[in-house]
Parts: sequence; C-alpha cells; structure tokens
Amino acid sequence: MIVRRINSALSGLVVAGLLASGPILMPSALRAAPLQMAWAQDATGLDPHKQTAFSSLRLLELVYEPLVRLDANLKVVPALADSWQFADDGKSLTFKLNAKAKFHSGEPVTSADVKASFERILDEKTGAATRANFLSIAGIETPDAKTVVFKLSQADAPILTAMGDINAAVVPAMAIKDGSIGTKAVGSGPFKLQEWSPNAKAVLVANAEWAAGAPGIEGVTISVLPDETAILAALRAGKLDFALINDPLTAQLIAKESKLQLNREPGLSYHVLQLNPSRKPMTELGVRQAMSCAVDRKQVLDTASLGEGKITGPLTVPAYANDPGSLFCYTQNLAKAKKLMADAGFPNGFEATVIGATNEPPTAAADVQVLQSQLAAIGIKLNIQMMELNVYVDKWLKGDFDMAIAENGGRADPYTMYNRYWTKAGNLQKVSNYVDDTLDSLMQLGRSETEPAKRKDIFGKFEQHLAEASPWIWLYSANNYTAQQQYVKGFVPTPAGSLFGLSKVTIAK
Amino acid sequence: MTYLAQRLATFPIILFGVSIIVFLAIRLVPGDAITAMLGTEAGLLTDAQRESLAAYFGIDQPMPVQYGHWAWGLLHGDLGLSVTYGKPVLNVILERFPLTLELAVLAMLIAVVVGVPAGVAAATRNGRFSDLIIRILAMLGQSTPNFVLALLMIFVLSVGFGQMPAMGDFVPLTRDPAGNLAQLILPAITLGFAFAASVTRITRSAMLDVLADDYVRTARSKGASGASVVWQHALPNALIPVVTLSGIEFGYLLGGTVIVEQIFALPGLGRLVLDAITQRDYALVEGAVLFIAANFTVLNLLVDLAYAWLDPRIRLGRPL
Repeated sequence: MIVRRINSALSGLVVAGLLASGPILMPSALRAAPLQMAWAQDATGLDPHKQTAFSSLRLLELVYEPLVRLDANLKVVPALADSWQFADDGKSLTFKLNAKAKFHSGEPVTSADVKASFERILDEKTGAATRANFLSIAGIETPDAKTVVFKLSQADAPILTAMGDINAAVVPAMAIKDGSIGTKAVGSGPFKLQEWSPNAKAVLVANAEWAAGAPGIEGVTISVLPDETAILAALRAGKLDFALINDPLTAQLIAKESKLQLNREPGLSYHVLQLNPSRKPMTELGVRQAMSCAVDRKQVLDTASLGEGKITGPLTVPAYANDPGSLFCYTQNLAKAKKLMADAGFPNGFEATVIGATNEPPTAAADVQVLQSQLAAIGIKLNIQMMELNVYVDKWLKGDFDMAIAENGGRADPYTMYNRYWTKAGNLQKVSNYVDDTLDSLMQLGRSETEPAKRKDIFGKFEQHLAEASPWIWLYSANNYTAQQQYVKGFVPTPAGSLFGLSKVTIAK
Repeated sequence: MTYLAQRLATFPIILFGVSIIVFLAIRLVPGDAITAMLGTEAGLLTDAQRESLAAYFGIDQPMPVQYGHWAWGLLHGDLGLSVTYGKPVLNVILERFPLTLELAVLAMLIAVVVGVPAGVAAATRNGRFSDLIIRILAMLGQSTPNFVLALLMIFVLSVGFGQMPAMGDFVPLTRDPAGNLAQLILPAITLGFAFAASVTRITRSAMLDVLADDYVRTARSKGASGASVVWQHALPNALIPVVTLSGIEFGYLLGGTVIVEQIFALPGLGRLVLDAITQRDYALVEGAVLFIAANFTVLNLLVDLAYAWLDPRIRLGRPL
C-alpha cells in the first residue's frame, strides 16, 4: 500500500514536471521528419575498412557504398557498379561503375577511387578488417574512369559476395591521400553524416544527389539509448519512429504493442557451443559427438531465446544449408550419447569450464545454463565463467578455453564465413584448434567452383562432415529485429541485419 | 591557512597515486583497443596489421614509456587525445561535466529539501506514528535500488501516460531550461530519493542527540518557542553529520552515476567512463578518473572547511 502511494506520488510529480516542460514532450504526430531512430550500442568509428562492430557497419552502410550489395534474398545486386563479369577462367572480374555515382563532396566516383580503396584494404599498414577476403587480387586495372578490372591469382567465386560488404566500401582516393578516412565520413551513399557524437547521437541528412534516387525521408537522427527498456518506452510514447533491437525479450514485448510493428528477420549469425578439440577430453571424437547427441537444441532455443530463432547446422545461408534434421545427432539421443562417452573412455563424464561474454549476446548466460543442465545428464559438469566482452575476446582469440558460448556472425557465402576456422591456412585456426583434410579440401573446391548447383553440393557435404566431426555444437540462428511505428513504410529487413532499407523508407502521417 | 596549505600540498601526491593506479588497472585488464574495435575479427589481422594498429592507438611502446609520455603531457596540462572522439580528453570531459554537475546539484537539492525537514519532523515526533511512517519511507528509499525506481518511473510514464522525456540528445540548461528540466527530473528524483532517505535518517538521529542536550533544555526553560528551539538552536548543531554525508554523496554523484545515466541515456561522466573502459580508450579513462579524483579531493576539503563555518568551536588543524 505504502509502495503504491509513493509510486502514485512520484508519478504525479514526474508528470507535473514533464507537462511543465512544454514542447519537448509533444507527441510525435506533431513532429516533422527526419526519422527518429534509436539503438542501444553506438558505432565505434567511421573508417569503413576497419570497423567490424554491428552498429558501425549499420551506420556506415548508410553513408558509404561498396561496388555491389546483397539484397533481402542475399542476391548480389548493383551498388556503385551497374554491372560485373567474371572472365571465363574466373581469374579476372570486371566492373562498370554507375555513371551518375558521386561522392558527397560532389566529385564523381571513378575507377581510380576503387583502385585506391582496394589498395588501402590490401595494405597491411591499414589494418583492414576484411583484407583476408581479397588476397587473391593480384592487380587492379583502370582502362577508363568507369571501368575497373580485378586480376585474380586464382579463381575466387566468393570474392564478389565479399565485395558487397561495407568493409569493402569505395572511399575517395583524395581522402586516402590526405588521411581523413575515419575522421570525416565522405561516402557516396544515400545519407550524409552531418554530425556524430560518439555514444550519444548521429545525425544523417538525405543525399538528394544519390545515384539511386533521393531517399524518401529528410534524414535520420540516431540516438543511443543503452537500455532497451528505455527504447521500448520511447517507442510506446511515440518519441521514436524506428529502433534497432537486440534482446529477444524486448522484441516480444514490442510484438504485443498494437501501435508498433516488429520486423523479425531470420539472421545469418548462429549461437554455438565452441569446444576446444586441442584440450582433453574434447580431443576425442566420441566425446564431442556425445555432447552433440546430449543437447536438445529445441529446448535451448525455447528456453534461452524464448523460441526466437531456428535450429541450425553450421550453414545459416538458406541457399546452401541442409535440413538440420538430416545432420548428425540433431535429435537428442541420450542413450547414444552415454554409449559414445563410455566408448571414448569417459563413462562417468568429466568437468570443464565454459566461458561467455556478459550480455553478448543477451542470451549468452541463458544458453549456457540450459546446456549445463542438459550435459549433466551424461556426467559432464560445466563450470560457467561469464566475463566482460573484451576479456572474453582476448581469451577467445588465444584459444584459451575448454568451451566457449558464442554468437558468431554469418556471411552470405559459406567460404567467406568459414575459411577462417576450417581451412588449414585459416586465420582463426588458433580459435577452432581443429584441422581436417576433408573440410579443407571441400572449402578449396567451393572457393574455385562458380556453378551454383555444384557449390551447393560441395558446401552441403562440408556441413554434413562438420556436424559429424562436432568440433563445435551449433545450436540455433538468431533473428534480427527492428521496430517501427505503423506510419513508417517501406523498410525491407535483410538476413544480414542491414539498415540500408532506410534509404527507401517514407513516413506516412 | 596553514591547514589549507597542508591539505593543498597533499593534492599532487593523491593525484599522482591515482594516476598510477588507473594507468596500470586499465592496462592490466585483458583485451586492448584493437580487440575493442575489431572484436573477434581482430584474429584475422596479420602481425604487421596488428603492429600498425598498435602504433595508431599508442600501445606499441613498453608501459613505463607510455606512462612517461602521458605524465609528461599531464604536467603540461595535456590529458591526451581520445581515440573514440578524436578530440582532446579534457574537451570531452568538459562537454560531459555540466550535465553531471547539474544532475548532482538537483539530486542534492531534492535530498536536502526533502530529507532535512523529514528528519527534523521525525525527531520532534520521536516514537509517534508519523515518526514511524517517515522511518519506514526512509528505509524504503535506502533499500530500493535506483535502477528499479528508474525503470518503474519509465514504465508508469510510458504505459500509464504515453509520455517519455526526450532521451539521447541532451538539452543544456542555457539553451532550453524547460527542456533541460524535463530531461533531468526523472533521473534527479531517482538519485534524490535514496539520497533524501539517507539525509532523513542521519538528520533524525543527529537531532535526537542534540534535542537531549542541556543547552536545548536551557533555551526551552528561558521561554524560547518550540520552532525556535528546533530550527535555530538545535538544527545548526545537528547539521555536521548531514554535511559530511551530503559532501561524500555529492562527491560520488560528481563521479557520474553509471546506472541512472545508462537507463535515461544521459551523456554524463559515468557513461563516458564506462564507454571508455569498454572501448579501451586509455587516455579518456585515465583523464576522466583523474578529473573525478580531483573533484572528490576538492570536495572533501570544502566539507572540512564547512565544519569550521558551522561550528566556530572547531579550529581546523589544531587539536580540539
């Protein structure tokens, strides 16, 4: 009763204070464009070649453009390039640039800018995030201002998809020369970055001269609201038009609001229990397989992620993925798991530690707690160590763990997604700690094959083999969420979680 | 004067100690600016790429050399450059500080305006029903975590009234006082609620002690009115513990209030430090912590000086 009185008194005070404040609390119906948007985590920098944080990519893809782009079906479509063509031997790739493409400075986008951008990415001094995806580039030719020819040292089918990443954005050659990349964001995309105050807000204004046509809104103002409860409250109160959401729980609350629309899109990222096959007893195939058999993936998905997502094998790209039901032990089988443990010499199980990053993803602790209880059924005692993200990343990169719970990002091409872990020369071999001739040769085959049907077959075998070898236990793929008011029209979500669809949005009110 | 000089002389020593502790603490935590920027993708870097980025972030030198560079800059009034903001650290801090200061002042105002009269009322009605109610409310205020109160207010406001203060873009007091108040009233109530509860309890306790003193009895026997005894004779002498508590609490508030700033998306010092730690923006963490430590040290001195002002019998620097 007392609590109720206090709350009542407080809310009275609060409302009185807020009503006294006048215009700042006007309902959004009276507010003009630009689109008011919020997210919980801000971009961490403006250099498109170096940034990998999800929010950074989402901000930069509104400002910069790559040569090509991936649409909602993960199909390669034009961006700065109108057309492209692989040579018959697959060793050269020619792009024709859009004649109307201009940077925000007013300068046209030329083949010299493309060449300078890729040379910057390939330069080790840059520290570019996706350099490894472009190592087959042996030379770049610019026969005229609107034609670029990439000469490749070997056939490399995934390179086209990799060029659709904002980390392969084309930046002005002049900006590279004067060293202003990262401090000024001069791209050729649908919006110009007018102001960026890190961890507070970003102001984007529409680029009326965008080669693909002016955006349907005046701009986008992005506020950083670190707590998603506040984002939900601001959406309810009509203070926001659009928001990026991470937490499945918040997403489900938004779905219940009649005034709001939740865009729920199956994503490419996947939740996984990474085993360390270089540490005993995960060195034993039987132990790894037993763990895979003991896990009830549906229960993990329903309990930890409230059913938000879908059970997945290693491949999350629909065009390449097998039916998860056809993969090794994707239906829980405790009898088989116990037999595998006994055959491997561990009939009484073992004890191990699993590391996780606090709130990264929001379901990390819940994922691992469900796994802890499931694996206890075959005698495995999991000790959970949750830690700050950077501490976790440091341990993860050193492979310093028995097991790790993770949500790893997906890519539109299986080779780009997994060559880092499952090829012999993969940069993240230290993390996967697993070398397998079959996986390596299937990856190399998939890389050089350009025929889509044959690639699907190759990567299908790759996925089957990976699930059976069980160096990791893949659980489920997560959804990407955005929320919007009903009057926001025309946003198309994509599996990669792109916000590029904001370039086509209109406000109908 | 001697006392003041002695206290001022200890400032550089305290700040030097803080600078070493914060410098080491942030660097001894696993992870660095490169992993903070690239996350797990940092594993894709070649050695040459990593070296190049380490030089960019200024973490390629041995730690003593890094400290030497930073300390040398510090002695020349340069706190370094924030890699996140691309600006001098001092500028970033000074942009955030007004909000933190304003929030701390508002919270303290609420605490004092509510807490002192409530504490006096409880003490003068010792053992009665109204004293019980005030004590229960004070207990509730102290035991309610501020994030619970903050979320509750946001929920009530957005669901019950369809309203929400503007968040994300802070409106300075000088630009729009009404807008500024609308942004800060909820966080100020959140912080002021628990603060007021502490002030109430300590005022009540100090007043009970003072009201039992002989001089209060003498004042009463000389015919002073009840109000005059309480407000003019007793309260000033009961204020010393209240000033101590308020000074310490105010010092904490000036260091930023991470949770409240996070929930209400206020760009204050607390969030600045938290984000800087997450992003391993070393210069910013070091500069901000040093700034907060300096504030706290000055505030402690002001509280000590306030004792002498409140009670002339106290002579600072001399035995009582």
